Amino acid sequence: MITAHLPALQVVVPLVAAPVCVLLRRSRGAWMVAMAVSLFAVAGAWSLLAGVLSRGPTSYLLGSWAAPWGIEYRVDETNAWVILVVSVISAAALLFARRSVEREVETDRIHLFYTAWLLCLAGLLGMAVTADAFNVFVFLEISSLSSYVLVSLGARRQALAAAFRYLVLGTVGATFFLIGVGLLYQVTGTLNMADLAARLSELGPHRTVTTAFGFLAVGIAVKSAVYPLHTWLPNAYAFAPSAVSVFLAGTATKVSLYLLLRFLFTVFGLEFVAGGPVPLLLALTGIAGLVAASVAAVRQEDAKRLLGFSSVAQIGYLVLGVSLLTTAGVAAALIHLFNHALMKAALFVCLGAIAYRVGSVRIADLAGIGRRMPWTASALVVGGLSLIGVPLTAGFVGKWYLVAAALESGWWPAAAAMLLASLIAVAYVWKLVESAYFRAPSPAAASVREAPVSMVAAAWGLAGANLWFGIDASLPIDVANRAAAALLGG
Amino acid sequence: MRHHHVLHVVAKMTIPLILVFALYVQFHGDFGPGGGFQAGVIFAAGLILYGLVFGADRLRRAVPAGLAGTLAAAGVLLYAGVGVAGMLLGGAFLDYGVLLPDPMAGQHLGILLIEFGVGVTVAAVMVSLFYCFTA
Repeated sequence: MITAHLPALQVVVPLVAAPVCVLLRRSRGAWMVAMAVSLFAVAGAWSLLAGVLSRGPTSYLLGSWAAPWGIEYRVDETNAWVILVVSVISAAALLFARRSVEREVETDRIHLFYTAWLLCLAGLLGMAVTADAFNVFVFLEISSLSSYVLVSLGARRQALAAAFRYLVLGTVGATFFLIGVGLLYQVTGTLNMADLAARLSELGPHRTVTTAFGFLAVGIAVKSAVYPLHTWLPNAYAFAPSAVSVFLAGTATKVSLYLLLRFLFTVFGLEFVAGGPVPLLLALTGIAGLVAASVAAVRQEDAKRLLGFSSVAQIGYLVLGVSLLTTAGVAAALIHLFNHALMKAALFVCLGAIAYRVGSVRIADLAGIGRRMPWTASALVVGGLSLIGVPLTAGFVGKWYLVAAALESGWWPAAAAMLLASLIAVAYVWKLVESAYFRAPSPAAASVREAPVSMVAAAWGLAGANLWFGIDASLPIDVANRAAAALLGG
Repeated sequence: MRHHHVLHVVAKMTIPLILVFALYVQFHGDFGPGGGFQAGVIFAAGLILYGLVFGADRLRRAVPAGLAGTLAAAGVLLYAGVGVAGMLLGGAFLDYGVLLPDPMAGQHLGILLIEFGVGVTVAAVMVSLFYCFTA
């Protein structure tokens, strides 16, 4: 019985657990609830993915109302994959979060911190699982509002400014999205994605639909921090509590990019998208983001901010993959989406562990960490290598497929930009490694010990996953290929 | 506001009416315009008016901040709980038809409970927001 309800349970369980955390008022209890929910979500996501791979897409009717009128949840290869990524990153980030949050967030707010975490998780999973365009907006707001709260709980005062900026831009993005959905509803009278797709293809060229597409694309681009609409991201990641940086870097922009795929290919369809200027615009923003954000990352003095800019650059890779509009390009983007979540989460966990011991993540203060915190620093190196895309790491697999897909479509400039950005990535990862291993310990770092076991476990769990999926990438490649074929074929 | 007798008298006369009207909007919502969100806002407006005119401290004594926080969570739990009850009784999430033997009565009960959860949460959150600004 429980498997039939899994699509809904992915959203319902975190949604029920969030108020339970408020009522508990215990920081440790709230953490345990959040962890249990995340592990349940991982198990559920795995079961959904296995079900989709063996039996095809499943759908769930909320309140038993039939599909075009009621809200439908629909799980296919693409969103089962995204749900798995989100729930795995949430569980790994929570393993790291317990000690880190005790240090960084006021004690009487910790249970509320985990409440916001669970709401954010419910929102992200809901955005992925729902097949109703307006329901996407509702979950987008749930996840966004709770992530503004999470960012604002950062220990430094700049966290409030960063959260406010994120709030203003995020609200603009969500409003654009809503305007787009409203225009589509005005033209077609439906909100169900499959029904929208059917009616839009009957409609033919239509100015309102084009306008709706513009609003939707820009709104989603703001939420997924596509260059040059990324300005909220570096500060939000830099000043958020360490655990929140891990969680958001691995999930929030990924789910927004999933929305981009869903609206481009499922709702509007390949024919509509390929006919307009969209592929070219996506490619140009992708290339610009790759190069500009990578260069900006090299110039950062704060390691978390550096990773924030690197995230913007990695989103450039994903957008570039999508812009090819080929099965190979979309599959490569889905592979890299998973890999980027793994590598960025690993890197942010390492920086969080360093922040826990040293009290700072300025690159100058990382000096000598390699000797004082060998496990954390080595995980940092693995994550960094994966970010560059060195063979035998997950990052290599994703970039290999992206470059191959670009060459297959004959987009030499795109492939060149990806290789250039990888070279720049060597420069900014080297800044971290050099400081950690080749400098005398700074006064702040001279007396520190290795991070707590739970943090090292989270760091090496994620770093190990980077190595594992660098050596045996059959799972992500298989799922991504099938998902891309379904998206572009159907 | 201590010396504004007119405000005191008018507020004392209108606050009960506001609260009753909120309950009307709440429970008449499935026949006419209204529902949990609007009712919660109106109910909280009555409470906040009391806080503005007679002082936030007196409102805090009537509705302690902890109670408001608890009610905010309890409303969401009621909403989700009704949804889960539908699942446990063999329907889908938020399927009210299975709540009672007669599906029509079940639909009626379900929407009433759901909207009540919404109303409680909205009112409690509005009052909590007022407390945040007057702390």
